[in-house]
Amino acid sequence: MSLFDHSIKQLEEMLHKKEISAEDLVDASYDRIHEVDDQVKAFLTLDEEHARSQAKQLDAAPDEDARLFGIPAGIKDNIVTKSLRTTCGSQFLKNFDDPLYNATVMEKLNTDKAVTVGKLNMDEFAMGSSNENSSFTPVRNPWNTDYVPGGSSGGAAASVAAGEVLFSLGSDTGGSIRQPASFSGVVGMKPTYGRVSRFGLVAFASSLDQIGPITRNVEDNARVLEIISGHDKMDSTSADVDVPSYADALTGDMKGMKIAVPKEYLSEGVAPEVKKAVQNALKVYELLGAEWEEVSLPHSKYAVATYYLLASSEASANLARFDGVRYGVRSEKADNMADMFTYSRSEGFGDEVKRRIMLGTFALSSGYYDAYYKKAQKVRTLIKQDFDSIFGNYDVVIGPTAPTPAFKIGEKIDDPLTMYANDILTIPVNLAGIPGISVPCGFSEEGLPIGLQIIGKPFDEGTVYRTAHAFEQATDHHTKRPQLGGAK
Amino acid sequence: MADISKDQVKHVAGLARLAITEDEADMFADHLSSIIEYAEQLNELGTENVEPTTHVLDLKNVLRKDDPKEWISKEEALKNAPDKQDGYFRVPSILE
Repeated sequence: MSLFDHSIKQLEEMLHKKEISAEDLVDASYDRIHEVDDQVKAFLTLDEEHARSQAKQLDAAPDEDARLFGIPAGIKDNIVTKSLRTTCGSQFLKNFDDPLYNATVMEKLNTDKAVTVGKLNMDEFAMGSSNENSSFTPVRNPWNTDYVPGGSSGGAAASVAAGEVLFSLGSDTGGSIRQPASFSGVVGMKPTYGRVSRFGLVAFASSLDQIGPITRNVEDNARVLEIISGHDKMDSTSADVDVPSYADALTGDMKGMKIAVPKEYLSEGVAPEVKKAVQNALKVYELLGAEWEEVSLPHSKYAVATYYLLASSEASANLARFDGVRYGVRSEKADNMADMFTYSRSEGFGDEVKRRIMLGTFALSSGYYDAYYKKAQKVRTLIKQDFDSIFGNYDVVIGPTAPTPAFKIGEKIDDPLTMYANDILTIPVNLAGIPGISVPCGFSEEGLPIGLQIIGKPFDEGTVYRTAHAFEQATDHHTKRPQLGGAK
Repeated sequence: MADISKDQVKHVAGLARLAITEDEADMFADHLSSIIEYAEQLNELGTENVEPTTHVLDLKNVLRKDDPKEWISKEEALKNAPDKQDGYFRVPSILE
């Protein structure tokens, strides 16, 4: 049994009793990274020297109040880390070695004394569902390295699944935490919009982006979210809503719980083995005393189109800042300023990023704004209302996280629309701004993980965690480990 | 039926400050046409009386006093710049 098979809470107890040290944990993290990351490719940058010396300092000054004392963490590379390279998976930022400040979530992790071991690979600027859009190298699924780990937080999910870190932070704009958590067999939470400060998260689509934790189990996830949540004066869209104790929500009590199961989430586009795993999960909930009923989210089928118009429009504005003046790689070809912008952007961005910038620029351009951008904003209202009406009568909504298990590297990369369809079950949650989690609920015939998605009311992450935890404790899917780097 | 022409793609690329080759213009015209064609399904929905959602939170303007405070120094601000001179960002000439 590896150290990382313990929960964070157990490890903290072992640390306080001096059975292990922070150095042991950080050593275990780098040992595993050096053992398997050649296969997984989860990390873009390691901060080994700094992390090891930080662990030594922590051991010299024990602190029982720090809730992540000495716990090794990986950070998605679109979260800004002071003095530690932050690339967003893009060639444009491959030399952005010395960021000036920490994202608010990093300050919070530092306050609770987590140890950042490195920065995690991702689809460029978080645009992608497979990690094949990383401009460095695709991440591979730890369960079978011929398969994608999901995206865009593929490194964040794979690093946790491979046992390289105890937890990671990812970001989710249309499913980028939950879908890779599903494909990689780990727990991934997208909180309510506004729950976690976005200060220092490199913006993709500002009305949809949220940071959230990826972990091996629900308890760890609740612990990390509680720490990174809360209002931040540096982010005017962070919500001034109290953060309850998520640990206290993990009661296991499902009696009388009302679960809505949207028929659109088990329709013909969903693979039979995924459907079966979700139906089995519903049986578990019945045994635990919950009730479930089929409901309808009638506008679900419009979510993907709505999302790609809105997210791309916001991205086209947000990515205008990459101009080769203040940071990043400047093209050497240009001899005037306008060309410098154009060539720097053309050389720095990959195809998917260009595609979305152009789609967004088109949707916002004169003559098309009302037909595409504004239309999509109105449909967003309808999608949000679908959820509002269901949450009048039910506590949570449950379905699959993704329509299929992980697919093979290369299988979908040539057709953007097929790739986008992966996110059909996660996107509506971002459009409505509500919380959603993916927890392991089974395996495909090929041995690839399947994820169960649990969706909650705004700012009711507690109920989402309670529901996820009760299922996890009643099943053993989360105890399975991928076989990497030879026998274990 | 939305068909985005190669010329439209070049126009949009220009607006977004992207240089694309002829081959890329063909590829993006194909992709954008199919994405926009897919997006046309939104027209199945009548939305005349639906308010647009720009943002899910019920946020009012967030205001604060405009008090100056320490943030970063000039040296720090220039640290990651591709080119700099005498405490400024340096760029190629703007005028011919």
